[in-house]
Amino acid sequence: MNAIVYIARREMQSYLNSPVAYVVLGVFLLFLGYFYFSTLFLIGFASMRNFFSLAPMLLVVFGPALSMRLIAEERKSGTIESLLNFPVRDFEVVLGKFFGGFGIVVIGLLFTVPYVFSVAWLVPKEMSFDYGPVIGGYLGLLFLSSSFVAFGLLASSLTKNQIVAFVIGFVLCVFFFLIDKVAVLMPYSWAFIFEFLSVDAHFANIARGVLDSRDLLYYLSITTVALFFTTRMLRRSRA
Amino acid sequence: MTKATSMPIIQVRDLLKSYGSVHAIKGLTFAVGKGQVVGFLGPNGAGKSTTMKILTGYLQPTSGTAQILGIDVMRHSIEARKHIGYLPENNPLYEEMMVMEYLEFVAQMRQIPKSKRRMMIEKAIHECGLGPVVGKDIGVLSKGYCQRVGFAQAIVHEPQLLILDEPTSGLDPNQIIEIRSLIKKLGKEKTVLMSTHILSEAQSTCSRILIIHDGKLVADDTPLQLTQQEGGIIYVVVAPKQGEKLSKKQVLEQLASIFGVTKVEPINEYQDHGVAMMVGYDKEDPRADIFQKIVSANWILLEMRRKEITLEETFRRLTKE
Repeated sequence: MNAIVYIARREMQSYLNSPVAYVVLGVFLLFLGYFYFSTLFLIGFASMRNFFSLAPMLLVVFGPALSMRLIAEERKSGTIESLLNFPVRDFEVVLGKFFGGFGIVVIGLLFTVPYVFSVAWLVPKEMSFDYGPVIGGYLGLLFLSSSFVAFGLLASSLTKNQIVAFVIGFVLCVFFFLIDKVAVLMPYSWAFIFEFLSVDAHFANIARGVLDSRDLLYYLSITTVALFFTTRMLRRSRA
Repeated sequence: MTKATSMPIIQVRDLLKSYGSVHAIKGLTFAVGKGQVVGFLGPNGAGKSTTMKILTGYLQPTSGTAQILGIDVMRHSIEARKHIGYLPENNPLYEEMMVMEYLEFVAQMRQIPKSKRRMMIEKAIHECGLGPVVGKDIGVLSKGYCQRVGFAQAIVHEPQLLILDEPTSGLDPNQIIEIRSLIKKLGKEKTVLMSTHILSEAQSTCSRILIIHDGKLVADDTPLQLTQQEGGIIYVVVAPKQGEKLSKKQVLEQLASIFGVTKVEPINEYQDHGVAMMVGYDKEDPRADIFQKIVSANWILLEMRRKEITLEETFRRLTKE
């Protein structure tokens, strides 16, 4: 089990040693900051609501972008062979990779925490800033990112090429992000299923501050399913 | 169950590996005992790397069994991997990591207890001569040093068995010699299975050579035996006595009549005084008989030497077509 920690730590280390990570994180924060603050002053209301509707959209792109290299790069350079020759189980490798990628996304999100205090500072003295939805929002983002990183990791296990991995991961994320948007076109009994499958709909629940076990279970299960298939893909490369 | 001391380090039985309809290994059986340094030879695509990858637990064989210290590499893969140090072909490394960082990571993954980690890493660094580069990024190292890092990661957990896939390929002659002496040093304590394309390397480094061709074992012997077992060629130069004449035909007839000689061929390019011949034989060395023949024919023997059969020739013969 320690192996998971070691792999995750190594993954984050080598991430932070490469310029790509800083570029991707920088662009993520730039976009998020720009789009959020450019409208904040127009609506004249100190709320993080817009932030939490923007962030999932950006994570659809940046989740797979940050996780595309996790396995694809090792396949390309051949280090995957050494990694799979260590006396560790395949699922430990996958979990280590997952937490490594997830850790980087968490670092990205940590950089947005100052936004909260900036916005709270804008609130007039006689009113108090409501931290409830913010905490809920961040919690939701964590769950949402975990599923996007898992999708990105699955995509990364399918190919040697990081760009291909990104595109596949992006398509997976977009699919689960947009699926509830087509629900309106469906008969009612179907619409329910589509909405349940949507990453965004569950995020909205959590961001509202409603912690429902169904939402948590949803994220846990799609993350688990993606990681399960990633492990299968690794096993297939041994055949 | 008694654990006999004679238990082989590697035991491979009827190993078969196919990729779809292509058979990479077609029933391989061999055993390697403790302390041997075994050279694994064969043309490209013969199945050397595939065999090694099965032994290290990276690939699953289609059928057959492979055991490391009596542990089945398929059923108890994790346990078997603990006893192996492996240097893969092309020696892939995490280039963005520092040598020290990388070895620490390997030590962690090899489950070396924290208290011993530092000591065992130091030992591997010392043994592989990595001292001057521990603080450098792997990406900036020369190929020779990269190879040493590859060796260090393979021995840091002190495995009983080292599997080296073309450990000297792509190195310059100086580096090759350094790596070879490292292998020899490591081979004193460990069992080594190494593949190579440089036959002289196998000859000088290994105590035993396995040659595989087309997925099957075609030779298994000591380097000495492999280069001696089947006949050879003797180079003879004969000259007539003062004032006499000597034709190629005469010499050819005389030499061909010797027992055990399989063929005699004149060397036309020979420029000096005399007649030069290549004499082939299949079993016993006929040099004594050749000498007698020449003396009794009243000629002068200017030169006679046996042409050594090289491992190259044996290799070519065994792996043709």
